[in-house]
Amino acid sequence: MNAMSSPDPDPAVALEMFQRMLLIRRMEERLGEVVTTGELPGPVHLCIGQEAVSVGVCAHLDDADWIASTHRGHGHFLAKGGDPEKMIAEIFGRETGICGGKGGSMHVADFSRGILGANGIVGGGIGIAVGAALAAQLDGQGRVAVAFFGDGGANQGVIMEAINLAAIWKLPLLLVCENNGFSEFSPTSTVTAGEIAKRAEPFGVPGIVVDGNDVLAVWRVAGEAVRRARSGAGPAVIEARTYRWRGHVETEKSFLSGPYREDDEIRQWQARDPLAAMERWLVSAGAMDPSALDRIRATVAATVDSAYTRPLSDAYPAGESAFQHMFA
Amino acid sequence: MKKMRMIQAINEALTEEMARDSRVILFGEDVKISLFGDTRGLADRFGENRVRNTPISETVMTGAAVGAAAAGYRVVCHMMFANFLYTGFDAIANQAAKLRYMTGGQIRLPIVYMAVMGAGRSAGAQHSDVPYPALMNLGGIKVVVPSTPADAKGLLKASIRDDNPVVFLQPARRGGEQGDVPDGDIIVPLGVADIKRAGGDVTVVAIGAMVRTTLRAADQLAKEGVEVEVIDPRTLFPMDTATILASVRKTGRLVVVDEARTTCSAASEIAATVAEQAFDCLEAPILRVTVRDVAMPYSPPLEKLVIPDEQSVVDAVRKTLSTGRRSGTQRVTQ
Ligand SMILES: Cc1ncc(C[n+]2csc(CCOP(=O)(O)OP(=O)(O)O)c2C)c(N)n1
Repeated sequence: MNAMSSPDPDPAVALEMFQRMLLIRRMEERLGEVVTTGELPGPVHLCIGQEAVSVGVCAHLDDADWIASTHRGHGHFLAKGGDPEKMIAEIFGRETGICGGKGGSMHVADFSRGILGANGIVGGGIGIAVGAALAAQLDGQGRVAVAFFGDGGANQGVIMEAINLAAIWKLPLLLVCENNGFSEFSPTSTVTAGEIAKRAEPFGVPGIVVDGNDVLAVWRVAGEAVRRARSGAGPAVIEARTYRWRGHVETEKSFLSGPYREDDEIRQWQARDPLAAMERWLVSAGAMDPSALDRIRATVAATVDSAYTRPLSDAYPAGESAFQHMFA
Repeated sequence: MKKMRMIQAINEALTEEMARDSRVILFGEDVKISLFGDTRGLADRFGENRVRNTPISETVMTGAAVGAAAAGYRVVCHMMFANFLYTGFDAIANQAAKLRYMTGGQIRLPIVYMAVMGAGRSAGAQHSDVPYPALMNLGGIKVVVPSTPADAKGLLKASIRDDNPVVFLQPARRGGEQGDVPDGDIIVPLGVADIKRAGGDVTVVAIGAMVRTTLRAADQLAKEGVEVEVIDPRTLFPMDTATILASVRKTGRLVVVDEARTTCSAASEIAATVAEQAFDCLEAPILRVTVRDVAMPYSPPLEKLVIPDEQSVVDAVRKTLSTGRRSGTQRVTQ
C-alpha cells in the first residue's frame, strides 16, 4: 500500500473532516472545563491532540461499518457520527444519555451507527471488532470493522490472536493503534518493545506507520486499507503516531505525586496541532476561504453549546431502570 | 498506635515485608507512579529490579507471578482495579489455584494478587465489581478483604508471608479513611474473623466496605435498644465459620451484608453454612443484603440505589427481629 499514490480528498470531504475534528476538540475542551466544577459523576479520558486519527479513519466508514473504541472514546464516537448531546447526557448520568445513564464516559455506544462501544477494559474492543469483521464477511455487503486501541492496548495478548485470526480468515478488519506516547503514566518506550506496526509483519498482514497528527495522511492510509478490506483482501494494522495533550484521566493531578512528562514535550506536540495543520492545508489548497472557516466554527460552537446545555436539565434515570436490561 | 489511611497502611505493609525479605518482588501497571498510592516509593527504596512497571498485559502478569513464585520468589502482583483480575483470570484459576495440587504438593506458590475493588464512585460497570465470589469458588486461592487500616496492614503482611496464592482486595471506598494502626510488626492471621462490635440480639456479618455501613446501622439500632453483633470475616476463603456460628448460636438471627451480587455471593455461602450447621438455633430466616443481580450502573442515583446502605441494613435487622419463631416485634419495642 503506497499512501503517496492516493489523491487528495474532495473539498467537501476535507471540510467535513475539519469540522469533525473541530467538534471533537471543542467537545473535549468543554468537558475538561466541566471536570473542574465537580459536576461530573465519573472519570473522563480526553483525546485532545488525537482527533486526526478517528476522523481520518471514520471518514471512510458509514453507519453500516463497525468501530470498537476505548476508554478514550469520545472522539471515535463523534467521528463515527454519534450524537454529541446524547453523549454528554450519558457522561452526566442522565436518562437521555445514549446508554440511559448506565454506561458513562467509558461505555458510550450507539449500535445503530455501528459504534460497538467505548471500553473500560484496555484491549477489550479488539476481539469485539474481530467478531464484527467476521459478521461483515458473512454478510458479504462489503462492510468493514475497525478496532481503535492505544499503544498500551497493543500489549494485550489478544492483539496477536486478532491479527492471526483476521489474517487466516481474511477478515475485513482495520486494527488502528493510536500511539499517543503513553500507556497511562508510563512512556510507551518503557513498556513497549519494537514497533507496533511491525507486529503485523510475521502474519503477512500490512503494518503501516502514519503521522497521526496529519488527518490527510491518516485518511489516505485508512482509505487504502478500507478498500483492501472491502475487496476481501484481509486486515491491516495502522499505527498512527500522535500525542495526548491532556492527562491520562482529567483528575490525575489529584492523585499523582508528581509529573511524569515534561511540559516542554507537550508544547512541542501542541505546535504540531492536527487542526491547525488541516486549516493551513484547506486554505492553501483553496478548499476553504476564511468565511467558510468562520461558518464552521459557528456551527460547531452552537452544537457544543446545546450539547452541554440541554442534557443538564434532563432527569436522572428512574430507579427501576437500575434493574432493567440485564437480560433480553 | 498511629492514625493512618488504609492506603498508607498497605504501603507500610509492603515496605516492611520488602525490607524484611529480599525475595519479595512486586510488579504491576504503573506501580512506580502508583495510582492509589499503595506502592508509592517502593521502587526508589528497593530498586527497579524488585519493583517493576509492566505493560498492560494481565494475562502474562498473572502467569509470570506463578512462574516467579515457583522459582523461589514471593510475588506481589498488583492488578490495579479488581475487574482486571478477569483479564488475567486464566493463570489465576488454571495455574495458581491448581498447580500445587496437580503436582502432588511439589511446589509452593507464595503470590499476592492485589487489587482495588468496589463501587460507589461512578466508575462504571467495568471498574466497580467485587469479584471475590468467583475467587472463593476456585478453592486454591485464599481471598482476603480488609475493612480497616489496621486489618489491611496485618492481613497483607500475613498474605505476603503465606506460602499460597492470595487475592488481597482492598475496598476502594475505604482507602482514604483513617483508622488506628498498632505499631510494630502486626500480623493478622488469615482465616480469622473479627468481631467489630459485640451484641446479643442479631448477628450481622459484613464484608469489606459494608463493615462501616453496618457499624453505622448498628449505632442507629442501639438507640432503639437492639444490640447487633457485627462480624467481619476478613478472610473469605478459608472462612472462619466457627466465629460466625458461635455468634448465631447466641443470637439466633443472621443478616449478611455483602457488596457482591446476590447469586452465589459470599453472603450466600455464609447463609448456607449457617443453615446447615446451626439450623436448630435459628429463630428467623437468614437475610442477605446484597447487590441485586445487575451490572453496576454509572448514574449516581442508580448506583446509590443498588449498593446496600445503612438503611437497608437497619431494615433487614428489623425484619429478622419481627419474624420467626419467637415474638421478635415485641422484643424490639420492649
Ligand atoms: C485490562 C485493563 N488493564 C488496565 C486498565 C487500566 N488502564 C486504563 S487506561 C490504561 C492505559 C491505556 O493506554 P493506551 O492503550 O495506550 O491508551 P491511552 O490511554 O493512551 O489512550 C490503563 C492501564 C484497564 N482499564 N483495563
